[in-house]
Amino acid sequence: MKPELMKRMVKGPDGVEFEVEPMRDYYCDAPPTVQHGAYIKIVEDFFNWARSQSLWILGFGTGCGAIEMRPLMTPRFDAYRYGIQWRPTPRQANLLVISGYLSVKTLKRAIRAYEQMQNPKYVVGLGSCTINGGMYWDSYNTIKCLDQYLPVDLYITGCMPRPEALLAGFEDLKKLIRAGQAEGANQYAERFDWYKANQKQVIHDWDMPDYNW
Amino acid sequence: MQFEWIKIPYALLTLFIVVNYGMLLGAFIQKIGARVGRRRGVPIWQNYADLVKNFGLRTSITHGVMFYLGPVFRLTGGIGLLLFVPTIYGSEMFSNLSFAGDLILALYFVFFGTLGMALGAGESGHPHAAIGISRGLSQVTAAELPLALAVFSVALQYQTLSITDIVSAQQGGVLHWTLFTNPLAVAAAMLSFLGSMMRPPFDVVLAPQEIPIGPPTEYHSSYLALMQTNRAIFPVAKIVVYMNLFFGGAASWPVFFLKVFLIYMVSVFVGVAFPRFRVEQSIRWFLVWAVPLGILSILLA
Ligand code: SF4
Repeated sequence: MKPELMKRMVKGPDGVEFEVEPMRDYYCDAPPTVQHGAYIKIVEDFFNWARSQSLWILGFGTGCGAIEMRPLMTPRFDAYRYGIQWRPTPRQANLLVISGYLSVKTLKRAIRAYEQMQNPKYVVGLGSCTINGGMYWDSYNTIKCLDQYLPVDLYITGCMPRPEALLAGFEDLKKLIRAGQAEGANQYAERFDWYKANQKQVIHDWDMPDYNW
Repeated sequence: MQFEWIKIPYALLTLFIVVNYGMLLGAFIQKIGARVGRRRGVPIWQNYADLVKNFGLRTSITHGVMFYLGPVFRLTGGIGLLLFVPTIYGSEMFSNLSFAGDLILALYFVFFGTLGMALGAGESGHPHAAIGISRGLSQVTAAELPLALAVFSVALQYQTLSITDIVSAQQGGVLHWTLFTNPLAVAAAMLSFLGSMMRPPFDVVLAPQEIPIGPPTEYHSSYLALMQTNRAIFPVAKIVVYMNLFFGGAASWPVFFLKVFLIYMVSVFVGVAFPRFRVEQSIRWFLVWAVPLGILSILLA
């Protein structure tokens, strides 16, 4: 573990000494729980419609596929007209796009970002690298199958997929959300131990708390 | 003065109209901005979908009491500003809770939300939020200065602190508007207006591409939904103040909608034409261009 993550005594500017434990102080210590939707079906359907019409993507490009996401903001493809927007912070986003290969180092960040998002949240895997490793299938430091580490709602295939394919993929995701089938956050909560075990299997220098929210 | 209870449902009605108008206007303005960039832009009902989605999120976390109160304060600022200013001149129904000294109160409310937000975002403990606050507060303060000067100049000119009186003094033709009777004050106030509308060139504090989104970095779900509601109300409320002080107020809803839209468009035109200022550049800009105008208008009044 890095020295700055150790438990230690710190002297504040006012001269008071206090103990800091970075791994525990700033994080929640409860695992995620399964969250139920609204009890009345029509309300939940309405929420699902709103969720599908307002996809806020976390602007976090992981692999070379990320370069195909930028054109979506340009006049040519203009994803805004489909209710797709980019948010700079995981707290406000509800869609995490893993855009291509994910090195183990990036996986760590992706997990943290994913866990800070609020339920319901969706994950889209972009490009063949997220499905089976793609052309990095024998690389020593990329993961091969994204849905062992994060609950993926939808894959968009291609190496790399065109922006049109992305738009079509997002439209499919909307259908899933409207049908109430995009419950990745709850899956993650249900099978939390399994996901954590998989994550820890590849991330050897696990120097973050288990729960990152 | 006797308080009439019927004012409360009337005020709620005003609020309802303004919230919806603000939501549609916001999306419409975004669409105009997109058209300038040759895009189609968001659908006109996008703000509603975003709002429902944020309310519909199932989890939320808090960082403490002030974190919770921040958006509440902010919304209070917007609603307060709206409710203590007569929305429709001469209408018993929509003059809301305005009273004799409401001009000063309105000035307070303009700042109130920002301060509440600063406290709330500060408690989130996120470094980006802290940076955003210090940048935001310094810019808003600089932008607010010319407005305060212009307001005092107008108050001196009409010898009153009641917004209703100021509006009634401007009735009887376009040439009676403060815009023509006290152009310097209006110019100073309009420059300040650009700064407070959170549109380019002065939106560096909240722009998503800058230090991630500034003060609201940590805000999500219902907190964010409250702030979005405020983002619909506050610009309209602020424009109502401007309209009443400088552009003759509005005597009916259609006139109201039209004037608010046109005043908003001023900031949109400037916004699509000019690139963003950095914070210290915009502060300097306000101090060099807007504040002297305000002082001059007071001296002449
Ligand atoms: S699928 Fe192809 S384009 Fe996408 S990250 Fe992998 S190698 Fe790059």
